[in-house]
Amino acid sequence: MSNSDKKKPNRRDFILTATTAAGAVGVGAAVWPLIDQMNPDASVKALASTEVDISSVQPGQSITVLWRGKPVFIKHRTPEEIEEARKVDLNELKHPEKDEDRAKKPEWLVTLGICTHLGCVPLTNKGDYEGGWFCPCHGSHYDTSGRIRSGPAPTNLEIPEYTFVDSNTIKIG
Amino acid sequence: MSSHEYTPSSKFGKWFNDRLPLLTLANHLTDYPTPKNLNYWWTFGGILTFCLITQIITGLVLAMHYIAHADLAFGSVEHIMRDVNYGWLIRYVHANGASMFFLAVYIHIFRALYYGSYKSPREIIWIIGMLIYFLMMATAFLGYVLPWGQMSFWGATVITNLFSAIPLVGESITHWLWGGYSVDNPTLTRFFSLHYLFPFLILGLVILHIWALHVPGNNNPIGIDIKKPSNDTVPFHPYIVIKDIFALLIFLIIFAFFVFFSPNILGHSDNYIEANPLVTPAHIVPEWYLLPFYAILRSIPDKLLGVIAMFAAIFVLVILPWLDTSKVRSALFRPIYKQFYWFLVADVLILGYMGAMPAEGIYLLIARVATAYYFIHFLVILPILGRKERTLNVPLSITEPVLGGMPNPSMAKAKSDKLKINSLG
Repeated sequence: MSNSDKKKPNRRDFILTATTAAGAVGVGAAVWPLIDQMNPDASVKALASTEVDISSVQPGQSITVLWRGKPVFIKHRTPEEIEEARKVDLNELKHPEKDEDRAKKPEWLVTLGICTHLGCVPLTNKGDYEGGWFCPCHGSHYDTSGRIRSGPAPTNLEIPEYTFVDSNTIKIG
Repeated sequence: MSSHEYTPSSKFGKWFNDRLPLLTLANHLTDYPTPKNLNYWWTFGGILTFCLITQIITGLVLAMHYIAHADLAFGSVEHIMRDVNYGWLIRYVHANGASMFFLAVYIHIFRALYYGSYKSPREIIWIIGMLIYFLMMATAFLGYVLPWGQMSFWGATVITNLFSAIPLVGESITHWLWGGYSVDNPTLTRFFSLHYLFPFLILGLVILHIWALHVPGNNNPIGIDIKKPSNDTVPFHPYIVIKDIFALLIFLIIFAFFVFFSPNILGHSDNYIEANPLVTPAHIVPEWYLLPFYAILRSIPDKLLGVIAMFAAIFVLVILPWLDTSKVRSALFRPIYKQFYWFLVADVLILGYMGAMPAEGIYLLIARVATAYYFIHFLVILPILGRKERTLNVPLSITEPVLGGMPNPSMAKAKSDKLKINSLG
């Protein structure tokens, strides 16, 4: 090969580049279904919402329901717990969020029952914060608004999408 | 490979060998010149090969009876234990076999650390070995999920959640790994598929590991380059073969003790409770062989940094050939390295113990110190020590210290003292 061949692309170079590019696109198109088949499938997505009857949950009580294979805590909070959650100085919090933004109705707290650290289920009414949660796996403490107060978890307990269908029913998802 | 040309004696053998040189390969493996001073720490390569084959055979059989389904997996394992002929034996061999495999691999790795087997020209052998070790951990984790007990389920939840620490795409990756929004049936079926695949990847890497070993040949306890074949070598067969088999038999006694007398001592009783996504066991602990890494993960208070530190703990091992700057391989001639080596052994054992304890108070403090020391050993001590340490004189050959003409006066003196004692006795 002389130097001029290197400088000036000829038809063969064009064909090689075009073939490689087409080949790469083809391989990508063939590999994508093999990767995407591992994502949540239609039957998993179909179970995306759950309706829960909350009429029997008394103030101070908490229930755990299963939604998308994950536990959801529904806590009927007492007036003291609501007050406790609302008077906290936001500057003290690792992940500052107002309690007002976390509960659609102040007496009902709906949150995922999954520690934001590594996914264990925290224990209700345990830990350093009255009416809060404690994760036994790696020692994260959550307050009565499900906010992270101490321990390795980076964020507050996640609030799932939910709506009050009527005063006695919550639809999660 | 072999330096001399090999010709099969039979006519058929010659005809076959000209077309596929399998007999040349077999001849290379039997005549392969091996340092004659290899001690029993060198028998773990053979033991590990045995472990891998045992896991593949028992696993193959278990897969004939196991059902990979969230509703049926737990029951099918009990079915294996109670109904299948010798099912209890095969499962206990497989479950304890994993522990024996790791026991052997840790001894194998620490032997390499002591005698400097990872150093030039054996870096590729070492890196392939680390890949095998990493795949072993992945395979063991996947396998532990299959019985679908409480520890299976929550171990899988905690480990897959490690990936959620990745910024931006973390959550999508965990959903992709799970095939859903939590660990569930799709997770179990893919874990089974991968648990079946990985041992064969390991087998492929083991072949590369041995191939790479046969290019420079074995390291040896005094860590010097030797001429092959020479006075310093013996053929692999029968000398090393017999020694390996003897060591394997001793190893099998320990193996059999666990299988027949305490098959569950290395496991966790919570795994005999079926998986329940609503209740986390009070104490989630991985299997013993993963505990040092688990302790490193938990000792860092930040989620992402904890995950990074855990993977970094394995990565520093991969780049070890370039962190250890000493030209002398064997710790026998590195008096200071020898001490740091035992500190490291103690440090890893402490990390393992802390990984089994709750992450609070004094345990957490000790785990943090031990984690810091682990990284200091590899990233600070080894690079500096290699430059500063005054090493002892290294003999020129394996036979030299025995037959005289030693360049090392202290060794010569020790030898002559010993001779005097012998002549007196």
